[in-house]
Parts: sequence; C-alpha cells; structure tokens
Amino acid sequence: MTLDPEMAEIAKVFFQESREGLDSMEAGLLSLNAATNREDIDSIFRAAHSMKGGAATFGFTEVAAFTHRVETLLDEMRTGVRPITADAIQTLLQCCDCMREMIAATEAEQPLDQGRIAGLDSDITHILGEPAGVPPGAPPSAASRAAPLAVSTQEAIDDDPQVKGWRIDFAPVADLLRLRNEPARMFAELERLGAIVTQADVSRIPSLDMLDPEACYLSWRIDITGQIPRRALDDIFDWVDAGCRLEFTPIGVSPAGAPAKVDSQAQPANIAAQGPSRPEREAPPPGAPPPGAAPHKTTGDPGSIRVSTKKLDNIINLVGELLITQSMLSGCAEGINQGGFDRLRQGLTQLARNTRELQESVMQIRMLPISSAFNRFPRIVHELSRKLGKKVEIRLTGEGTELDKTVLEKISDPLVHLVRNALDHGLETPEQRLAGGKQETGTLELAAAHEGGNIIIEVRDDGAGLNKARILKRARERGLVPVDQELTDEQIDNLIFMPGFSTAEQVSDVSGRGVGMDVVRRNINDLGGNVQILSKEGQGSTIRIRLPLTLAILDGQLVRVGKEVYVISLLSIVETIQVTRDRLNTLVGRTEVFRLRDEFLPVLKLWDQFGVEPDSRSAEGSLLVVVEAEGMRVGVLVDDLLAQQQVVIKSLESNFKPVPGIAGATILGDGTVALIIDVADLIHAVFERERGALGRNMGAGLPGARHRVSGTSLGMAS
Amino acid sequence: MGKRILAVDDSASMRQMVLFTLQAAGYEVAQAGDGIEALNWARTSTADLVLTDVHMPRMDGITLVRELRALDHYKLVPMLVLTTESSQERKADGKRAGATGWIVKPFNPAQLLATVARVI
Amino acid sequence: MNTATTGNGGDKVATGFSEQYLTFMLAGEEYGVDILRVQEIKGLDKVTRIPNSPEHVLGVINLRGAVVPILDLRRRFGLEAIAFGPTTVVIVVRVAGGQDGRTVGMVVDAVSEVYNVDAGATQLPPDVCGSVDTIFVKGLATVEKKMLILLDIDRLIGDIIANESMHGFAAA
Repeated sequence: MTLDPEMAEIAKVFFQESREGLDSMEAGLLSLNAATNREDIDSIFRAAHSMKGGAATFGFTEVAAFTHRVETLLDEMRTGVRPITADAIQTLLQCCDCMREMIAATEAEQPLDQGRIAGLDSDITHILGEPAGVPPGAPPSAASRAAPLAVSTQEAIDDDPQVKGWRIDFAPVADLLRLRNEPARMFAELERLGAIVTQADVSRIPSLDMLDPEACYLSWRIDITGQIPRRALDDIFDWVDAGCRLEFTPIGVSPAGAPAKVDSQAQPANIAAQGPSRPEREAPPPGAPPPGAAPHKTTGDPGSIRVSTKKLDNIINLVGELLITQSMLSGCAEGINQGGFDRLRQGLTQLARNTRELQESVMQIRMLPISSAFNRFPRIVHELSRKLGKKVEIRLTGEGTELDKTVLEKISDPLVHLVRNALDHGLETPEQRLAGGKQETGTLELAAAHEGGNIIIEVRDDGAGLNKARILKRARERGLVPVDQELTDEQIDNLIFMPGFSTAEQVSDVSGRGVGMDVVRRNINDLGGNVQILSKEGQGSTIRIRLPLTLAILDGQLVRVGKEVYVISLLSIVETIQVTRDRLNTLVGRTEVFRLRDEFLPVLKLWDQFGVEPDSRSAEGSLLVVVEAEGMRVGVLVDDLLAQQQVVIKSLESNFKPVPGIAGATILGDGTVALIIDVADLIHAVFERERGALGRNMGAGLPGARHRVSGTSLGMAS
Repeated sequence: MGKRILAVDDSASMRQMVLFTLQAAGYEVAQAGDGIEALNWARTSTADLVLTDVHMPRMDGITLVRELRALDHYKLVPMLVLTTESSQERKADGKRAGATGWIVKPFNPAQLLATVARVI
Repeated sequence: MNTATTGNGGDKVATGFSEQYLTFMLAGEEYGVDILRVQEIKGLDKVTRIPNSPEHVLGVINLRGAVVPILDLRRRFGLEAIAFGPTTVVIVVRVAGGQDGRTVGMVVDAVSEVYNVDAGATQLPPDVCGSVDTIFVKGLATVEKKMLILLDIDRLIGDIIANESMHGFAAA
C-alpha cells in the first residue's frame, strides 16, 4: 500500500483520528446500559462509520472490511434490531482493541493479526445470528455503485459486441432543475461517450399562468451511438433516476436480446415494501439532538489545530530566552537608581509581566486535559472487575485538569498500576463487602486538581485499606525495619513503596509481579513529583500523587556553596534548618547524621560531593536543606539559601552528556548557568556510600537499618 | 476567482483529503466539522457547491441539505452527499432533502474531481 | 611537499578541490579546523563548573540561551597549563554527536589564520603528530612553509565527551 506523499500525510491524520474515534467508541460502549439513549449509541456508530469511510478512502481495505462488520452490528443495536447485551458489548470492546492494533499495524506497515480478526469476525457473525461461513461484508466499492438491476441481462448486453448504441427515454421529475441537475451537463457527458441526437418533448409544458419557472416540464429522447457499456449510462443518470421515467433500449442487438428497461417509477413502491423490515441507515436520528450535545465527539474542537511538539518546544525555548533577557535587564536597572530612570524601571516591570504572561500562555499550548489518561480507566476497571469477580463503580473527577503532554504521557502507566492494585488488593469481593457491612459495589475514584503550580492526582478506593500489622511484619521479616523500631501509621503505610515490597499473599495475574510500587514511585519521582498513601483499615486507601505541571520549568530554590549556585526543586525540599553542633553526630567513621526530631538524617556536604570550596568546612552555621526522593530523606549542607524562582530547564545532554547528580541546567538573570541538582540521584549516592561504609566498619551485623528507616519515613506531617 | 466549495465532514482526515484535492484543482474551499457549523457559516456566506458527509454529530448531512435548501441563497446551489451506502433508499433520502447527487465512498481524488466537475 | 596556499586574501587560486581551515595556536603548534564547523570565536566568560568532571572540562556557559560545554584543549592534550592571557579565546564549533549534533567551545591559546588547503595536498599524519593522538588528525598540510595539523573535531570532541570518565560519586 503506497500512497503519494500528500495522501500519506493525510493518512497520518486518519490514524490519529481513528485512535481518537476508538477511544470514544470504547468510552461509549462502557457507558452503555439499559437506559442508554439513542444519541449515545449513535455516536459510537458514527465513530465506526467514519473510520470505515476513511479506511476505505485511504485504501486500507482490511481495516475497512472489519470496521464494516462492527458498524453493521452497531447499526442493528442502534436501530433496536439487536438487543444491547453484555456479551455484545464485550465483543465490541474486543473489536476496538483489534481495530486499534490494525491501525497501529497499518501505520507501521506491519502484517495484521489475521487470526484475531477472523476470530472476532466469527463472534460478530454469531451475534448477528448469521450462518457461519458467510464471508465478511466487503466495504462498498466503486464496483457496487451501479444500480443492482437486471444484472444478468445488463451484463449480457454489456458484453454484447452487437450493441451499436442506446436509445434513452428520459422524463425527469419536475424538481430536476431545482436540485441543480442540469440536463445540459448530462447531455455533455453523454456526448463524451458517443455521438448523440436529442429530441425534446415539450408537450408537458403548461400554459404560462400555470408555469412554475423553476420546474422542469421537458422530457427527452436521446439516441447515442457507439459501443457503450450500460454502466457508463447508469453513472450519468445515477442522480436523477429516482422517480423519473428512464428507459435504455439497446440499438443494434438481435431482437432476441431482451431490452433492458429501467422503469424508475417502480422504485418507490419497492422501498415502501422493504422499508419497515430493514433498518434505516442514514436517516437522521428521531428528535434532533440539541445543538452542542455531542458527548462523544470524535474530533477535537473545530477550532483546534495540531501542532508538532517540536515547533512548540522551539517557541518555549524562545520564550525562555526572553524571560532570561528580561531578568537580565531588570538586573541592570537595579544599578541605575539616580533620577530619571523610573520610566525604564516601569517599562521593565511591564516587560516582566508580559513575559511571564506570554510564557504561561505558550506553556498552555502543551497542556492537555488529564481526561486522555483517565478515559482508559472505565475500560480497565470494567474488564478487571469482571475477571476478579468484584463489583466496582468508577468515578472520575477533575478530568478537565490540564498538565503538560509529556508529564501526561509518563504518568499514564503508573496510574494504571495503581488502579490495578486498588482493584486487586484494595477492593473486596461483594461477599466480603456485604459481610463487612458495606455496599456490595465498591467505588474507585480518580480525581485530579490543581494546587499551586502542581497537579494533584488521587486514586481513592473504599476497600479494605492496608493491613498495617501485616505490612509491618513483612517489613521486619525482610529486615527493612529493625525489630525495636516504632513507626507511625503513616510510616507503615508508606513501606509499600519500598523496593521489593509486595503485600499480595499470592501473585495474581492482575497486579502481577513485574512492577512494584517502588517502580511507580521512582517513575513519579523521575517526573519531579512525589507520592504518598493514606489508608484506614476497613475504609479504604487514598494514593496521592503530586506532579509539576510541566517539565519545562521548575519552581527552584537557589542555594549557594562557596562561589557556586545550584538549583534544588522546591517540590523535593521538605524543610531547611540552621545547623547546630549538638545535633550533628558522627555515627560511624566519616558518616555524619543530623538529629531531626526523632529521626537521624544522613548528611551530605554538597561541597564534598561536588568538589567545590565552601565558605567554611565546619558544618556549624551552615544550612541543612532536607530533601526527599523515593521516600528517602537526606540533609544537604549548603552555605546559603538565595532566592526562590521559576527556572527554565535546559538540558546538559544536548551539547554535553548526563552528569551524575545533575538533572539539568538553567540560566540565571545575570546570564550565567546554574546547575539543577538531581535530588534522587544524590540520595541514591548517599545511601550507596552509607551502605558501603557501614559494611566495611560494622560487618554484616547491622544492615544500615537506622538510616533506611529514616529514609522510609515519608514526611506527610511536615 | 475560483469557485467556492463548502466541504462538511466530521472526520479531519476526510476533510483534509477533500481540501487538498479541491485546492490543488484551483477551487476555494470552506470547511465545517458538522451540520450546525456548516449551517452557521452558510447563513452569512455563499458557496458554489456543497459537499457533505451524512453521519455527523449535532446535525447530519441530510438535515443540513434540507436546511440549506430553505435558505434563499442556497436554493439553487448544487449539493452532493458523501455516503458509504449505495442503496437506492439512501439516495432517495438525499434527493428528497434536496441533494443534487452523491459521491459513494470510498472515492479517490480523481473521482472526486470528476464528480465535482459534473455540477460546477 | 605539494601545497596549495593562500592567505586570507585568497589571491592565489588553489588547484582542485580546496577547503578553508581556521587555524589556532596551542603550545607553539598550529592546528586547523574546518571553517564550516566554526560558529563563532568569543572571549572566555564566566564558566559554571560541572561537578566531578575531568579538569579539561572547564564547565558550561550560556551561549544565547543554549548551555554549551567549554573544553580546554591544552589540558586535554596534556600540555602545561598556562594562565589565560589576552589572546586566549573560545572557538565555538558544531560537531557530530548527541541527538542532532553538539555545540561545544574549545579554549585555545590564540586564533591564527584562515587558509585554503587543497584537499589533494594533505598528507596522512605520522605516528606522532604534535601533542595529539593521530586518530584525531585528518591530515597534515604545509602552508607558507608552516605545518598545519588538521583536526578531526568530530572525533576529538566526541572522544572527550564520551570517553573521559566522569568521577563517580563514591570517589567524591
């Protein structure tokens, strides 16, 4: 299948649109129930119908053929011919998956999964109650355009070399001209096929006072000579044959050949006879839908455009530079205090505001509603709860909350894992729920909201909650928590994010073993966010994810070590403390810890880590920035805290390479580059070092548990 | 100035295909994503030809044709319906609503241009 | 030795296919880089150090919004470090590597000349070539009785960035 370049470009739009259409079909199918209204199922049908038309247009015949089958079933469901059953919905959902794969394979020019297609096809056949072995309905092709009349005769005549021409008797309906079917054009088309002789019959023209100037009263007899296939004539008269008198008589065939006559007056009667028993296909839905009511629109807002991310990133970079220039100019203006420069300062203030607003609106372009991630979940919950024998109602709130496309893409998989987990381990079976005095049907809620410069996503269930005793026991068994260590409820709950921790007593095929909650947390941390769990036994759990809205800018805390300035993401900072000597202990060898309330934090001297000369090598008087990632906390010693500001994140990799401990760079107002600290990376390094040091100094007796405990105590209270 | 065609389809890829084909042939093309949008546009603008899909959200193509025919400045404008159906009853529906004719999907650019040339 | 020569005046036309090279000085040797790769020549501004990087990676600068690493060729070639003087400059070059090329600054003692070098008139380098490992040398050319060492900067910079091990944290 090769398309010319322009068509290939447009085919890309078709692929994207098909995916969106399938998403909306899936959402529509999942919301189908006894109370479904006509408009809902119409929109599902429409999605399939559009996809079929597009696939056929771009020559993806197998996609078109399969989609046609799906459409047929949907058509019968929407017209009430076929009941809407759970089985049919299930099959249609599988068809959505299959079509999605077909689209992906077609786009990648890979072979289709014929076995799967055939399997689903026979499922549809089964539902339609058709005898097995009926070949899948082919999409209408150009070949099927000819009117299905007297086919055998017609073909016989087509093939008859004796046909020398045709006599056409044409008495059109009075509306002919009103509908802009110009006889003159039709005659011109006939003339292209062969020489014509036309006679007009004017006998039906009424007297002038009766005459409707827009009506057509003429009829014609046209003789056309040449060996012309009947189909060519059909094509020309295709639009006008309904309701009119149209006869084609071959000229020059032997008298034995039956004349092919088309008496179109017979047509309406036929339709009337067939009408009630056959589903209407293109009739508008009864009761016009209210304007604007398009709950499952398959296309985006008419006013939207698709822009490549690369172009956007380019603009975002430019705006970032504008921001830097503005900040630099402001810096210059600081020095100009003496008279007459007020207006410059005013102008700069305005520039600052404009720049910030421009940046925000440019960033907005990359923002997408989280609904595109949330919308997968009704399907997932539907299938999983079936599989697990649980009754679950899913609620989505805040779907319109927007976040950066990249963040959105990367948060999708962790969310799926959390939802699977909640269904598998959190929510109980109907029996368990009833026994526990709860409603039979559990609730799973996905909620999103903006909070400051962040987005908060919560996955809530009203299931059993975490079994704290069991978690603690397991953590102790595995040496993750020392036997004598007391933990708060929160601390216990958050142990589930520890690497390798799994509370499932048996591995199910739902949650599986592949990815654990530790991976979920790492992914979220990688996006510059964090995750916590709150759980009440018997009442359910809430997992709360906090993410930056975008990966292009970051709310940063500037810190100074000697002459160097670094940026730490505010999201990872728990608190900052002035260091006093008495709270700083050297635990083992060179390992220093800081006592913060009841926990000991490993201390990381940024100057040692980064090899820079600090103001003073004594920790006394320094500032300890408590940072957290992946549930581990470390105190980072710095000389000074400078401003907090939004910084535009620049890659170090694009011209250099990844640097351990550094997440990227930014450009400060004075035009210099400041490096952004990779908190997770630093924390890993600290714990690696601690482990090594402890191992050497203490032997295997102490697994460094105290540090790790401090690491696991997620600071939700602070 | 080239003839202006109003193309109505809820599928962006079909719209683009139609747009690309017609523009390449020198026509001016206005686009709409559904019947309501097309009708709103048509109330204040004229076209030499209307091409509309049938199945669309909010307002389908058959209704659109009927509504357009009711507008004075569209009374005599040719209107073609894009349909995947080839059955007579669908065509009759279109004709009753006031359509000039139809183009059966799938069609390729050449077929589209040939059909358009039949009416304008 | 066959040579085609011309100064920046370009009054002599080189025979055959010729390339222009920007030359710079490093501890008395003259090196050439393909002028098409040179983006600009600038003074040395404030450089932000990159933690735990080898000493010839001086750090990064802001080049009109891009974060660009600055490499000290003297140190990379193991030459005696000297204080940066009035002629010390950064040659910003575009090299292969990364996602779609990298922009990198090289600190050199001084910029010298622009020469046309006849592509057919270069020689393969001997085993030792100034202070540079010959795998980074495209060839030698003699211009105005001087020997130019024509650098393969894609290879040289690529090697500096990719192969120089960053010191790990554990060692810090």
